[in-house]
Amino acid sequence: MTSYLIKGARVLGGDPADLLVTDGRIAAVGESLSATGAEVVDATGLIALPGLVDLHTHLREPGREDAETVETGSRAAALGGFTAVHAMANTDPVADTAGVVEQVWRLGQEAGLVDVVPVGAVTVGLKGERLAELGAMADSAARVRVFSDDGICVSDPALMRRALEYVKAFDGVVAQHAEEPRLTVGAQMHEGDRSARLGLTGWPAAAEEAIIARDVLLAQHVGARLHVCHVSTAGSVEILRWAKARGVDVTAEVTPHHLLLTDACAEGYDPVFKVNPPLRTDEDVTALRAGLADGTIDCVATDHAPHAVEDKECEWAQARPGMLGLEQALAIVQDTMVETGLLDWAGVADRMSVRPAAIGRLSGHGRPIAPGEPANLVLLDPTARSVVDPAALASRSRNSPYTGRELPGRVVATFLRGVPTVLDGKATR
Amino acid sequence: MKRHLLEADDLDRADATLVLDTAAQIEAALTGREVKKLPTLRGRTVVNLFYEDSTRTRISFELAAKRLSADVINFSAKGSSVSKGESLKDTALTLEAMGSDAIVIRHGASGAPHQLASWVRGSVVNAGDGTHEHPTQALLDAYTIRARLGRLEGVRVAVVGDVLHSRVARSNVRLLHTLGAEVTLVAPPTLLPVGVGSWPAEVSYDLDAVLPKADVVMMLRVQAERMNASYFPSAREYSRRYGLDARRMAALGDDAIVMHPGPMNRGMEIAAEVADSVRSTIVEQVGNGVSVRMAVLYLLLGGAPS
Repeated sequence: MTSYLIKGARVLGGDPADLLVTDGRIAAVGESLSATGAEVVDATGLIALPGLVDLHTHLREPGREDAETVETGSRAAALGGFTAVHAMANTDPVADTAGVVEQVWRLGQEAGLVDVVPVGAVTVGLKGERLAELGAMADSAARVRVFSDDGICVSDPALMRRALEYVKAFDGVVAQHAEEPRLTVGAQMHEGDRSARLGLTGWPAAAEEAIIARDVLLAQHVGARLHVCHVSTAGSVEILRWAKARGVDVTAEVTPHHLLLTDACAEGYDPVFKVNPPLRTDEDVTALRAGLADGTIDCVATDHAPHAVEDKECEWAQARPGMLGLEQALAIVQDTMVETGLLDWAGVADRMSVRPAAIGRLSGHGRPIAPGEPANLVLLDPTARSVVDPAALASRSRNSPYTGRELPGRVVATFLRGVPTVLDGKATR
Repeated sequence: MKRHLLEADDLDRADATLVLDTAAQIEAALTGREVKKLPTLRGRTVVNLFYEDSTRTRISFELAAKRLSADVINFSAKGSSVSKGESLKDTALTLEAMGSDAIVIRHGASGAPHQLASWVRGSVVNAGDGTHEHPTQALLDAYTIRARLGRLEGVRVAVVGDVLHSRVARSNVRLLHTLGAEVTLVAPPTLLPVGVGSWPAEVSYDLDAVLPKADVVMMLRVQAERMNASYFPSAREYSRRYGLDARRMAALGDDAIVMHPGPMNRGMEIAAEVADSVRSTIVEQVGNGVSVRMAVLYLLLGGAPS
């Protein structure tokens, strides 16, 4: 196995140091290291972070391989600096059995670009009627720990309670897509001044907040852990802050797009900006950034949602919700959190690697950059700037909301257990 | 004038006034003529692309284009390639390839005309999109008010009914504001959108309080099926609180007029004796619609091949 000597990297944004990577692990961290036979990576001016971990990715395989595959999504992830991604369960067939989650897990192993960690469905067929065989998925080769009906809310309170309780047996967590469905019938965008004028049916903030409030109370009652997907409103941040102060074992994620974009993007009716939960207001964006900075929101998760052209190049109301995120996530976090002074690079490592790995119970990820640790690393150039060109993306889909936008930072290299998946900004396979 | 008419805000006050003045000139030019036709758009092609059934609006646009001597193609979603699953974009590119100069679109999805405008080179006229806007309806309403009352500046207009789902209301609020009228929206709170406070209009839940001050009462169609979604308890209660009947009509000032974009639910939002009264402009609105749409097509297409 090739050894790598990474020269002059600023670990977590600190002073330059050399990293020696041997046999999949970090062998040494120090000044002026040398190693015969090691391939040298000049990391002058680059920042080293632990490989990023995404709790929320849609890889579309099986079922919609025209939009994304495990392989193309894995490549997009590696190029974004990720070493592990959780693949959501809303595939076709739904990942609600040990067979499907093992298939996704195996496809991830074969692609070999990131650790693809399957998420299991909470209910059979995402129908919200009865529990899927959660234990079988937990015990499978895929070792599922995160369960979610994402895309659909587990809205039945009794079923949600049972799910929260049941997964305690194997240290699992239910990741809730918080959306009270009776309040969002036909909803197209955030309900407010803009939806009123654009004539698009509104998705009220209260539909998210009501479910989060209910679920934190349920989680506390049964002593279970709860994870909240894609928090999008200022009110949700307040409820989470309150719940954490009460000692509820709740964690939450925010997407890059909710940290940057607002419902103003709907003005031209371009469905690339249609997403669920919808883009909210400036006030919500400010509250989400503050919540991520103070730890009320634990982590950033992409909700990377590839869609085929025909599912986006159509009327807004007919378009599928969701947008790409893997390849620009780190740039958006640099733009919205680092360059605003809300987080330093150590904070970025915490919110994009350490905490999501802990929530997903991934022991080999989100580890310190220190001797003996698995060499899951990303090297980025924070001074680079580039304009997003959808044609240049590794994802099979093109529905990037950042098209034409200039963003900071560039992922130069990604290492998965000591093997480069990205070098010089290009995927190695 | 902009190249497209997608929403009322595409028109500033000068543009909107130009449309109304042009419609008046066209009406005057055709009055008393045996052959109701102008040669202005000869050789130009106007496509009526209708994804929703709307006999009234389609016929109005068709007549408007024909009276300007344009070639008119009616393309309705039913019985066409659309019902076989063709996308809006593919339909748009097909029509473009056939050389259409203007596309008049009616669509159930808000924003569809905006998207269409981004795909074709010709002009796009919004003939009603979802719950968004219906700008030519607002133009014909403004034309009718001006014709009856002689002015728009300072005219007090009450728009009554299902504002939440009404593209007519959205266009009228914007256009009437542009033209200097004062709009008050009257509806049960359930039928007003969250965010209505940012509109250039007053809001009231009390029709009886608004009527004595109104110069114009514009009644909106209320679909009885809204009742099933609990927007109001029953058609009878709606009618009692927000319907315009003879008793309420008596509270209006002497010159006040009653408008309705049609089709009416007689007995629901408007009583028969109100719809048929001398205050009612409902039939005039239909006639004015043709003149106003002629003016829009004339101004957008410039009257001569470009």
